[in-house]
Amino acid sequence: MAEQFLDYDKALTCIHCGLCLAHCPTYLETGNENDSPRGRIYTMRAIQNDRLKLDATTVKHLDLCLGCRACEAVCPSGVHYGKLLETTREHIEKNYRRSVFQTFLRKIFIEQVFPYPWRTTMAIAPVKLLRALGLGALLPEIAAFVPQEARSVKLPEVSPATAPKRGRVGLITGCVQSVMFGETNAATVKLLNRAGYDVVTPREQVCCGALYAHSGNLASAREVARQNIKVFERAEVDLIVINAAGCGSTLKEYGHLVGTDAGVKFAAKVKDLSEVLLPRQGKCATRVTFHDACHLAHAQRITAQPRALVKAIAGDQYVELPEAAICCGSAGSYNLTEPGMAGQLQRRKVENILKTEALTVVTTNPGCILQIRAGLKKAGALDVRVVHLADFLAETIRA
Amino acid sequence: MDIETNARELRALLGADAVISTPTELLVYECDAYTLEKFLPNIVVLPRTTEQVVATVKYCAENKLTIIPRGAGTSLSGTVLAVDGGVMIGLARMNKILHVDVRNRRALVEAGCVNAWITNAAKPHGLYYAPDPSSQPACTIGGNVATNAGGPHTLKYGVTTNHILGFEMVLPDGSLVWLGATPDGGEDVDGYDLRGAVIGCEGMFGIVTRILVRLTRAPQAYKTLLCVFETIDEASQAVSDIIAAGIVPGALEMMDQPITQAVEAAYKVGLPLDAGAVLIIELDGLAAGLERQTQRVIDLCQQNHSREIRIAKDDTERLALWKCRKQAFGAIGRLSPNFITQDGTVPRSKLPELMRFIRATSEKYGLRIPNVFHAGDGNIHPLVLYDERDPDQIHRAIAAGNEILQRCLDLGGSVTGEHGIGVEKIDFMEKQHAPADLAAMQKLRRVFDPEHRCNPHKIFPGSKRCPGLIIKKQAAA
Repeated sequence: MAEQFLDYDKALTCIHCGLCLAHCPTYLETGNENDSPRGRIYTMRAIQNDRLKLDATTVKHLDLCLGCRACEAVCPSGVHYGKLLETTREHIEKNYRRSVFQTFLRKIFIEQVFPYPWRTTMAIAPVKLLRALGLGALLPEIAAFVPQEARSVKLPEVSPATAPKRGRVGLITGCVQSVMFGETNAATVKLLNRAGYDVVTPREQVCCGALYAHSGNLASAREVARQNIKVFERAEVDLIVINAAGCGSTLKEYGHLVGTDAGVKFAAKVKDLSEVLLPRQGKCATRVTFHDACHLAHAQRITAQPRALVKAIAGDQYVELPEAAICCGSAGSYNLTEPGMAGQLQRRKVENILKTEALTVVTTNPGCILQIRAGLKKAGALDVRVVHLADFLAETIRA
Repeated sequence: MDIETNARELRALLGADAVISTPTELLVYECDAYTLEKFLPNIVVLPRTTEQVVATVKYCAENKLTIIPRGAGTSLSGTVLAVDGGVMIGLARMNKILHVDVRNRRALVEAGCVNAWITNAAKPHGLYYAPDPSSQPACTIGGNVATNAGGPHTLKYGVTTNHILGFEMVLPDGSLVWLGATPDGGEDVDGYDLRGAVIGCEGMFGIVTRILVRLTRAPQAYKTLLCVFETIDEASQAVSDIIAAGIVPGALEMMDQPITQAVEAAYKVGLPLDAGAVLIIELDGLAAGLERQTQRVIDLCQQNHSREIRIAKDDTERLALWKCRKQAFGAIGRLSPNFITQDGTVPRSKLPELMRFIRATSEKYGLRIPNVFHAGDGNIHPLVLYDERDPDQIHRAIAAGNEILQRCLDLGGSVTGEHGIGVEKIDFMEKQHAPADLAAMQKLRRVFDPEHRCNPHKIFPGSKRCPGLIIKKQAAA
């Protein structure tokens, strides 16, 4: 009997109706039921029941899951697919031997670099140096992910509100976000200040744990979660704001992750930036569209608020993106571990964007921004820019 | 010839990534949304083009292999079970909308296209595809053709067959035919309506690959009402009265108390938890006159002691109501790990009597049986809840379902309104049809599939069944 890894009652909530199929990006691409949410839950159950083994085939189909949780948002039965996937992935990491390359990628590169801002800074330094020397052409394709503007911005520990005060919020700066998109965090602080919030940015905060949790390392995820809970308790804030969707969904699940009251209290305070800001009118000269980051739309079920913020500014220039809620293939570190499928979904996303004829794509997650930019570049669509919601809103304040 | 050889030769025809033959990867294809019976196919192929379907079917004909077409696998009656093993032909990759012909109000789509995608593509032109089975966000149009799928709005707009102009089909011998209207032809076709004969054949006449569907102009206005009743009897009477008054709502749906509670837990739209039954009534059409018709419906509900009537204020509220209704089946996962749903029909006037019988059956077998159904056309969907980990519950669930269907027949109805017979309701065919009728149906089947190789062991009595299930059913009887 396989070691008990699956919450079997939760897995049985899936009644095999199949309503998830057409919402699953990997199923849309492969048409193979093994690559669908219903199929994957069936496989998880079969592994738990010893009907199937943990082998290259079963692991291949489970690895191919983006963890985008589009299935969860449409599941009438309320299956907690993300939780089933996390414990299954933990089981895989403990009991399945991967290739040397995959082990290096997962255990060293993803788990030991990205969660630490200074290590990421070191990792991307050579890319920035070569570009500065005008030798960018020498870089391998993967370096295209490092954005041109990559720089960290030192944020003050406390930035006071610049409008009638409404509260005190803590800012989670994010790992990738803080190193590659420092300006976006600075813009976020400015927007919050202008909305009447004092913003506290505690120095001792650490990675939210999403990268660990998604790859099946729940122990490390719990460890960083406890540290963050402690840090933000001390900061005495009303809300904890995050502008990266991937981090946001993990932060909102701290209650479940650490299983303590403090975790539940922390999670209740977490808000995505788009939940805190109110729409303000502005001006925008070019056509704009919006891409749903999976961890905002599916994991946090937030789709209306960011659109309202964008539409208030773009007005008639706003156009809805076909398949806006289908994953772009970034999915945390997925584009590193599953480059084939990530590339297919990247092309699909870019084709949809080009259909809208928009020149600005707004979204809410650093991974999506990097992935879509790289895709647009590959397609030769150099006039289309991809920006974070915070940057888009901040631009129009300045204007 | 062994399965490995077949798989290898099919790979040579279709490419390696289009053929699945390892038992590990076949497992997810062992059942559809009807999970009581399970059979592993020997091979699954995932063609991308009609030509690949033809090549596969020809290969199977030459090698006397069974073929089983499969769309999204949302069937509730085991219509795509691989009872003999055989080669399952999955159409998930053939999912494109090829052309939306706005002027002629039709669209040409591939068989694996999801039902709801057609409406999404037609919407900007003020058009939509009318048949709306509850699984429409996932089910394929090919599967809809196979089962002649219905949905809440069939009361006014008809079922799948009323909206399919023609299609391309691969016959079991591998030959390609087009039945009905062609994409560039008129709608009237001379000769026998073979198109009509194929729709509802449950995939036993061949594999449909491309379909020309009718698009309907979207109604100018909607009025969607939620009417709350203390008892099912009163709600049923209101249904009868509305139809008797000559009003044809777009949809007229009933949900009883247990299902209302499950749906409310899932979607939190403020449904009453203590009501005996609620009706969702949708009137649609030209804006002029709709107000008057709505008032008439409200009057009829109030005469039957409806304690509360809500009208959806806007499209958001309307869609929220429909989400509740359409995803009610799925919400059952919150109540129970497994369910079987029945699909009987009765004359509308017999609804109160049948609902009382279902309640008594629920008590007799100690199983919960929530109900959500198309009240307007007397098509019931009792959901018999059970837990597959308890064999005794499986026996009781099957027995309860069978008793309810028998009662539908006794009351002058039928055992299926829209889900099809599949493997699930085979035993009832002899009860509903005379031997001569069944023989005539078999004759028609042999015209298309003389060797009985296409989706066999469905619909007809005497077909092979899951041995375990038959023993269990006898034990339960």
